[in-house]
Order: sequence, then structure tokens, then C-alpha cells
Amino acid sequence: MAHADRLIAENIEAYLRRHQHKSLLRFITCGSVDDGKSTLIGRLLYESKLVFEDHLATLEADSKKVGTQGDDLDFALLVDGLAAEREQGITIDVAYRFFSTEARKFVVADTPGHEQYTRNMVTGASTADLAVILVDARQGVLTQTRRHTYLVSLLGIRHIVLAVNKLDLVDYSREVFDAIGTEYRAFAAELGLGGVVSIPISALRGDNVTELSPHTSWYSGPTLLDHLENVEVDDDVAAEPFRMIVQWVNRPDSEFRGFSGLVVGGTVRPGDRIRVMPSGSETTVARIVTYDGDLDAAVAGESITVTLCDEVDISRADVIAVASDPPGIADQFESHIVWMSEDEMLPGRRYLVKLGATTVGATIDHPKHRVNVNTLEHVAAKTLTLNEIGVCNVYLDRPVPYDRYVDNRDMGGFIVIDRMTNTTVGAGLLHFALRRADNVHWQAVEINQNARAALKGHRPAVVWFTGISGAGKSTIANILERKLHASGRHTYLLDGDNLRHGLNRDLGFTTADRVENVRRVAEIAALMADAGLIVLVSLISPYRAERRVARERVGDNDFCEVFVDTPLEVAEARDRKGLYGKARRGELPNFTAVDAPYEVPEHPEIHVRTAEMTPEEAAERVIHHLGARLVM
Amino acid sequence: MKTLTHLQRLESESIHIMREAVSDSERPVLLYSIGKDSSVMLRLAMKAFYPSKPPFPMLHVDTTWKFREMYAFRDRMAAELGLDLIVHQNPECIRLGINPFEHGSALHTDMWKTEGLMQALDLHGFDLAFGGARRDEEKSRAKERVFSIRSPQHRWDPKRQRPELWRVYNARTNKGETVRVFPLSNWTELDVWQYIHLEQIPIVPLYLAARRPVVERDGVPILVDDDRMPLAPGEIPEERSVRFRTLGCYPLTGAIESSADTLLDVIQEMLLTTTSERQGRVIDHDATASMEKKKQEGYF
Repeated sequence: MAHADRLIAENIEAYLRRHQHKSLLRFITCGSVDDGKSTLIGRLLYESKLVFEDHLATLEADSKKVGTQGDDLDFALLVDGLAAEREQGITIDVAYRFFSTEARKFVVADTPGHEQYTRNMVTGASTADLAVILVDARQGVLTQTRRHTYLVSLLGIRHIVLAVNKLDLVDYSREVFDAIGTEYRAFAAELGLGGVVSIPISALRGDNVTELSPHTSWYSGPTLLDHLENVEVDDDVAAEPFRMIVQWVNRPDSEFRGFSGLVVGGTVRPGDRIRVMPSGSETTVARIVTYDGDLDAAVAGESITVTLCDEVDISRADVIAVASDPPGIADQFESHIVWMSEDEMLPGRRYLVKLGATTVGATIDHPKHRVNVNTLEHVAAKTLTLNEIGVCNVYLDRPVPYDRYVDNRDMGGFIVIDRMTNTTVGAGLLHFALRRADNVHWQAVEINQNARAALKGHRPAVVWFTGISGAGKSTIANILERKLHASGRHTYLLDGDNLRHGLNRDLGFTTADRVENVRRVAEIAALMADAGLIVLVSLISPYRAERRVARERVGDNDFCEVFVDTPLEVAEARDRKGLYGKARRGELPNFTAVDAPYEVPEHPEIHVRTAEMTPEEAAERVIHHLGARLVM
Repeated sequence: MKTLTHLQRLESESIHIMREAVSDSERPVLLYSIGKDSSVMLRLAMKAFYPSKPPFPMLHVDTTWKFREMYAFRDRMAAELGLDLIVHQNPECIRLGINPFEHGSALHTDMWKTEGLMQALDLHGFDLAFGGARRDEEKSRAKERVFSIRSPQHRWDPKRQRPELWRVYNARTNKGETVRVFPLSNWTELDVWQYIHLEQIPIVPLYLAARRPVVERDGVPILVDDDRMPLAPGEIPEERSVRFRTLGCYPLTGAIESSADTLLDVIQEMLLTTTSERQGRVIDHDATASMEKKKQEGYF
């Protein structure tokens, strides 16, 4: 530091030039209440001369008043910020600290360690390149050490420093240090974390923090600060495939049309072939525009504006990616979910998910399992409560571009937002897409639904008849189709029974098979509607969730749910196919309304009470409802 | 392969924040205090939307007690950059003639700035405001989010802050709530100065030392900027070479003795100095946790 001071005094310009080229390292410190975390950060700030005299005066006064170090400075007081926590003597939230040395600028996420604050640690770790895990030499690797390490690994941090603190209290024992290091490395290896660097320190006394300690002559590694200054964390971002998330369409006048966003992976140059996701349009980068002039290339971490060679329809939240290796598109994912709200997660509840610049409606399934963050065991769970982590399927309202979280944090990390309170209630890390559509990119098509509708002279629609077996769905659907056909409408009837002879021949009647059955029918119905047809679906489709999926797949506007409501006794009395009889005799297990549930529609477009109207009348009701869309 | 420097990374992060804020709000505004951090924010805004103009106006919540050079600078910047400038002065303060001499710094600041800001935001229906606060300024700010929600009464609740992960910001609000966005969260004072130097960003000349008329108040040199400054009988302002590390209402802003009359000299002096930036601000002296309290009450 003395050297730096001399340079500042003698040649400030040279000093600044040197400092302009510093890099930035963001790291997180993890430790329990008594591991000396705040003391360590306080000391780093103090040693890098970032504590001003007036702050120091406050520190001295505070140390005497509430400090825990007798007449010595209590460095922890430098960083324990909010009044409430200073009184309690614990940090209760994520705080960000800054210091810089000759080599680097550092941003430290300071997070508390106790169990209830998983939320804060995950938040702090989400932006960190490196983690310093503090262990009290007297205690060794504790449950919380494992928890911190798991969270750090979950959030994708690959650089770990194990700081074995309070070594002065174990007489600077090499054996203690080595034993803790060995135990820890074995545990870290289980999580796939290699490259752990262990450093013996005393944050309180300053050993091996910024200066090598005379008490640990057996230690030949770097000081903590040395390591932080020199560790390489810019993992081949240039080698990653190019990704830019479009934040803002830049249109100052009719001449200029640019797309502003942050490069979150790889490199881009004018002339590069790019693909816009999710539309799939391809074109070439014309210019990389910035206030400081056009760039020859831009790399991950840069905020830029690009212009393209062709007129392509691009809006906020689209991803501009290298054409040869674009991200996948999907609407269903398996993800780790970290729950961050006092209100427990409600599977099936409608939330919002924000991934990149996309905000989209979403539902989350029951957890496949919850992770016990202390033992890493998988535990069965119905839901997730505050600070719990689980693996869940997430269903989005529409397909979005994505990469796996392990490949790109910006393309695979999302937040979950409560629709009512608008607060952030959870965080998700995307593992993989559930639909096989993964890596099958949308081909941009020029003839769209409107064009096809114009040709047909009517709008497409999906009329979805649901109800128990024998309710009369097919009867009404047949009459309806006949009427529509007679009036020149192009229709197609998808009948559940018929489909089970072919497309769905491989499916039985378990819950999982029924879900898949409905999914396939919904997909086909959606495709046929897209092709311009009026599609009639006659399917028991007993679960609300699946009918909702069908509705979302088709689109609310084009979907008409018809609940064919016939009392069970009536249907069973009719029993034209003899199925109820078999079910009652136990020959047909999982029969809807007998020993499998039928979830009654809550808000169908049309509710047909067959006791009150004829199939003919019911068909007319549907035609009346479709009304305007039957003519262009 | 180019590696980004820390300043490039900070600049890019701030631009990303500004673009995100603008996209996720209806009526954003940039709170402009005329200080050096505001100057940096303006430059970042110009960069973020280039070649478009920033899609928001600047709002100066005025107290009528700023340094004269600040007003001149403010009007010049708005004209040069072609940005809309909204100046709000709390009409209640005008009516009551609130001033720091008779009413004290606490009431003065509360009514002109805290109340004035709330009035201006409500009056124009701004749902998102950019502020220049940095996390390194003060301990309670170290925990402030980049996107921070204020209640319909403009209050900040440190216990109900939203988790903020990665670069995914949640700007959604309930009815009446507004958002404060701090694009300079991760900048330090040195970063700001270095950026001003590197980018040759204009700043108010008061940051540079010059001979100015001052009087001592509680051991701090205060500039006699106009004839509203009450002088003790026989008190004569003294010409001294002073500059300001922070700019606010002139009667509440202490100068420091300095001969640093170029930007480089100022940075040099700052690097070799040992007192913090906020020391010159009279409002911070009351109690250690005062900033936290002020924020809860709605001060920026």
C-alpha cells in the first residue's frame, strides 16, 4: 500500500491507468454466526485501507461500547449494517461490500449462515464467481459447512476457498488444518466440486489474510488476499455459444432499428449468422452499435445494441443466438426450486416466472423430492416451505428460449413471482426440458393461422366435450359435426375411443396414461386448429389440470369447453357399451366415476345438462356459441 | 479475446439495469441531484438507449437552497442533452419559507426533499425512479436492493425486501407502490471519479478547488453563496481555496480546504484522504443509524 500511495502522490495518471485495467471478482463468504465471517470481511476492508478515519472513529467507539474483543477493534462492527441486527449481534440479510487492491476490485456478498437464511445465501451466491467457506478450526466441518457448500455448488460456483479460521485458538496446528481440509475435500468431491483451495487463517489476528503468518511456517500456499487477487474465474465465456437477451427495441427514427441487450454468453461480430429465438428466423449481424462507436466484437458481459441485415420481427425477451448453436425452446422443465416466501409453494397455483427478460404465467408441480440441505438426502414432500429446496416440474404458458442452468446462468436461472403480492417467492434453476421438443427448433413459417382461416372462410376452433362415460359426448359431437359440415365448415372429430385404437394404443387407464392420452389429443387438436379446422374432441378427460393444459395449448380464444353433464345413475343405467357393469364387477379398474375421479369443470363455456336438453339442442347451443367465428 | 475491466463491467451492469427498468415500468423518471453521481447516471442513460434519447425525463427535487453553480449546471446539461427537465419545489415549503437557518437541517431536509420527492412522484404519476445511491456510501445501503419497492406512502421496509438473484430484477408493483432503481449500486466513490475522468464527464465546478468566500460554522467552512446567508455582526466572509466532496444545500454542505483544481488533483486527494465522503453532509451526523431511519420515512 505504501508503494501505491507513493505512485498516487507522484503520478496520479499512471496510477489511474493501471487501475483502469483491473478486473472484477465477485465472491461470497459463507459461515455460521461464530465463524468470524464479519471479522474477516471487516479486516479485508481495513487492510485494503478502505476504512476512513471517521468510520474508524465510530468503530473504535462502537468496539468499546458493544464490541466483543475487549479493547481491540471489533472488525465485525464495520460490516454489521442495519440497526436491528447490530442490536442482535447478527447479520440478517445479504449485504454487498466493496474493496479493491492493486490487482482487482472485489464485490463481496456477505450472507448470514443460520439455517433460516438459505434464501439469503442463494441470493448472494447467484452473482458470485467464487465462495469463501469459513470453518472454525475448533469445530471443523459442521452441518452448516455442508449446507453452505451444497448451496454454493447448486448455484454453480466452481471456485471454492476453504478458510480454516481461528487457527490461533488451536495453536496454529498443522494437523488440525490438514484434517479439516481432507474431510472437506472428500465432501466437496461428492458434490462434483474440485479445485478447493484451503488456507489457514486467523481473521482476528490477521494471519494469512493479507500477510503470510510467522505462526504457520509449515504453510506454503498463498494468503487469502493473494489467492483472491490471482485466481482465474473467467471460464471460457468466449468459447460459449453467443447469446444476447433482447431487453429493448431501439427505434429512434424510421431509419434505425436496433436491438438492445446484454451479451450473456460467447462473442458476436458483424457478419455473424444469428438465429432469433423463439421465432427461429435467421439473419446476419450488421452492426454492433454503442454510444462510443461501433464495435468489431462484443463479449459476454457487454451491453450492446445490434442491427441486423434483414427485417426480422424481434421484441423484448427474444434471444439472439449464434445460428449454429441456438438455445432450446420449451414450455416444461425440470428445475430445482428454492422457496423464499413465508407462504408455502402451492402446486398447481398460477405464478409468474421471469427468465431472462421473459415474464410468463406458470404452474409448478408437486416436488418430486425435497433436498435435506444438511444431509443432501432426498425426502418426499407435498410442497416447499420457506428456505426449502426441491426438484419440481415447471409448466409455462408458452415456450421460451432457454439453456440449462449449468451451461448458462442467465439463460437457465429464473425467479418465481406471486401474482397477488408481486413479490419474489422463489428461484429456479433449470435442468432440462420435459418435452421432447428440446433442440427441435421452430421453423419460421410464412403461412399462418389467419391466412388459412381466410382460405376456409371461418375461424378455427377446438370444441372439447368432457364428461363421464356414457354421458352423451359422442352423440352430441356427431350431430354437431353433421350440422357444421352441411353448412360448409371444415371439421374433424377426434373421438377418445377411436384414438385409443391407433395413436394411443400404447396407453392404459392409470392416471399417468390418462394424462398422456389427453396431452396427445390436445396436441393434435391444436395442430388441426392451426391448420384451420374446427376440431371436435370427445374425450372423458377427467382431470381439470389436463383440460387446462389443453386450453393453454390451443389458446383461450379458440377453445370451447363443453361439459356434458349426465348424472352417474343415468349414464350407468344406459351403459350402452356394458362398461359400467364390468367396472362394478372389478373387471375394469380405474374406471372414471366408479373407482377413479372425475373432476367437474368449474367454468366450462357450455354446460349441457342432458336431463334438460336433447343432443340436437345441445349441438345448436354450441353453434350459437361459436357464432361469429363460423363466418369470416 | 477481450477481458472486461471492472469499469466496463460496472458500466454494462448499470446499462442493463436501466434498460430493464424502462421496459418493466410505465412512467420512469431519473432523479437528478446535479451531483457527480447524477452526472454519471446521465451519461449511462445516454449510453443505454443510444442512438435513442433516454425514454424518461429528469426530475430535480429542488430546495431553492442549492449552490447557484448547481442550477446553472443543471439547466445547461438538460439543454445540451436535449432531455426534459422537471423541477419540483414543495409549495408548502415556499409558503412557509422553510430554510435551514431558522428551521434546522432536519426539518428543512424532510420538508423540501423527502416530502417534495413524494409530491413530485405522485403529481406526475411516476411509477419508477432512478436514484444515484451506491452501496458503499453508508452501512444501511449495503443491503439495499437494485430494485427497491416503496409503499404507496413511499416508505421502505428493510424487512420486506425482495430477494434479488442473478440479473433477474422484479419490478412488479401492487397498486400505489413505486420502485426505486439504483443503477450505481455496485460502484464505489473511486469508481465514479475514475469513470468521470475516463469519460470526461462534465461535473459542477464546485468539485474543484477555487478561492471562494466562506465562513466557519461548527468548525466547517460554509460557502456564502448568496445574501440569504445570515452573518454574525462584524463577520466577514473569508476568501479561501476550498472545494466540495459532495453537493447539497449550500448552508448544509461543508467545504474542505484544498488546492486540487483539476480532476486529477481531486482524485489524487481523494485517494490519499482518510475521511469518508458523507462526512461533509450535515444530515448524517445525528445518529449512526440515521440514514436507515430516513429511508424508512421515505427519504431517498
